[in-house]
Amino acid sequence: MRAFTLTTALGAGVQANRESLRQRASGLRPCDLADVSLDTWIGRVEGVEDTPLEPALAKYECRNNRLAGMTLAQDGFEQAVAAARERHGAQRIGVFIGTSTSGSLHVELAYRALDPVTGDLPASFLYPYTLSAMSVTRFVCERLGLHGPAMSVSTACSSSAKVFASAYRHIRVGNCDAAVVGGVDSLCLSTLYGFHSLGVVSSSPCRPWDAARDGMNVGEAGGFCLLERAEPGDRGALALLGYGESSDAFHMSSPHPEGAGAAMAMRRALHSAGVPAAEVDYVNLHGTATLVNDAVEDRAIADILGIGTPCSSTKGWTGHTLGAAGAVETLFTALSITDEFIPGTLNTRTVDPGLSARIVLDGYDVPVRRALTNSFGFGGSNCSLLMGTIP
Amino acid sequence: MHTVGVAAPGIDGWSEGRSLLANGCGYQGGGEPQLRAGSLLPANERRRITPTIKLALQVAMEAVQSTDNDAQRMGTVFATSTGDIDLLDRICRTLALPDRAVSPTQFHNSVYNAPSGYWAIACGSRMPSSTVSAFEGSFAAGLLEAAAQAVVDDIPILFVAYDTASPQPLGRVSGCAVPFACALTLSGVPRAARDVALRLELVCGEVEDRMENPQFETLRSAAPAARSLPLLRALAAGDDARIVLPYVGERQLSVALSPP
Repeated sequence: MRAFTLTTALGAGVQANRESLRQRASGLRPCDLADVSLDTWIGRVEGVEDTPLEPALAKYECRNNRLAGMTLAQDGFEQAVAAARERHGAQRIGVFIGTSTSGSLHVELAYRALDPVTGDLPASFLYPYTLSAMSVTRFVCERLGLHGPAMSVSTACSSSAKVFASAYRHIRVGNCDAAVVGGVDSLCLSTLYGFHSLGVVSSSPCRPWDAARDGMNVGEAGGFCLLERAEPGDRGALALLGYGESSDAFHMSSPHPEGAGAAMAMRRALHSAGVPAAEVDYVNLHGTATLVNDAVEDRAIADILGIGTPCSSTKGWTGHTLGAAGAVETLFTALSITDEFIPGTLNTRTVDPGLSARIVLDGYDVPVRRALTNSFGFGGSNCSLLMGTIP
Repeated sequence: MHTVGVAAPGIDGWSEGRSLLANGCGYQGGGEPQLRAGSLLPANERRRITPTIKLALQVAMEAVQSTDNDAQRMGTVFATSTGDIDLLDRICRTLALPDRAVSPTQFHNSVYNAPSGYWAIACGSRMPSSTVSAFEGSFAAGLLEAAAQAVVDDIPILFVAYDTASPQPLGRVSGCAVPFACALTLSGVPRAARDVALRLELVCGEVEDRMENPQFETLRSAAPAARSLPLLRALAAGDDARIVLPYVGERQLSVALSPP
């Protein structure tokens, strides 16, 4: 993991995010997205409305791509990618981005401005560059000048975890030598009203694993990582060590009640890395704070890791950033290793006594060598990633 | 590659599709493909699925029925450019009304990986599944992803590419006017005498293959998933061939076939 950056409700760039995690400063706010009258809290990124895209990329204009652009601009990420492009060539760098919303807000607004006579969309609506799931990936390719293998992955909440696994495979078979992976999802009416219709949204800041938890909060975010094949000189560097993917094969919006799919993803991740469960120092949970997710994930954790491994959910800071959650939380997990700090679990007061995982409420300093992150999505799409320092 | 499934206007399955493609001039377009795959699901799920989901499941079912591989043990890769754009249109119209009464079923069906989720439920498979998108390069990107999974993760893969007809007003801008779906089963190593070897390579500056039959060429342009037609034609012909498919930006995907 050569370089990375993220922008969330906690702020733009790694430093703002890591400070908020340490200071227990949540980024959630009462829902104030224009025109939305839902009693809930959201993880909204400050400044998207004031940050238009550069003129050369104006055709990509929509909230999702603005957020992508804001995220890329931090932490010298574009410079790191440019250096990789020099090393390998533009055609040898892949781009694999996860998104579930893409330009949803953009099309939702366009449907409110249909021509009253023809029913047509406004002429300014450019499907391939905004709503198309591929839009954010094309944007990243064009912005960074990359011409290698490229695609979007759209598997709901596991999207931007799965891109890490895809990148690994494409590098391994030689389709590219490095890859920009990441995820971008933005606030829109579909997800806010959609999750609300399922009755899984809390009217308060979410409380993962809490005895009184009552649902999730929707958030938006962008996160990117430059992955490169490890070299002999990379001993001690931060790396993706393994991945595990699975399906629940149970229901479209409820997870398998025994956590079988989740456990399978975690088991496969450990197996692919050749790392025993006992060596996992920290798990960043999917931890959405819905009644069902947390109960199911708890069973899977108990199954695979037992009850001794420190776990926390960071969704009380950012909300559930959906298609971006995989990338954002992978990067939070990476920070736990680089910063030797396990983040706590915000808003949670009393851990549900019916659950058994060892939940960290207040963050603390401790060396973290191996850490796991979970992302579980609609349709029973599960992905677990194991990262650590290269031995 | 082991087996093929296909569903398109005037093409109901690979048996019909293969003779139309090999023949070259018999294709006249036709009515929407018949979709029977709902029967794979229990009644309560079957009630909820959309035509787009049925389209993807139809070709998945066909490809899997004619292979020795147990569907339950296959990973899956789905590729679509427009997803369930029909459902998206309905959701957007609902959201444009004051009460915005999106239904929970509509919402969970609107994720790009809905067909993937229903397929897993239908065959009770916990194998990994991915859903990818690359606009008109979606078929090529999906094939490349499926191949990488088959080789690196060493599992047989069911690869499904599908796009549904876009309703207006999105139809004018989405690049997809007709339904088209196809499916291939793949492994990293040959398993049977009739398997076709595929060699994939990303190239640059080459011209994508077109169809000689004007009706087939119209179909190829009318749905991103139909960019697969030159490959399907080569599979139907059964000869060694090298096909160039559109990918992303200045890149194309070349597929070299060596039939048994």
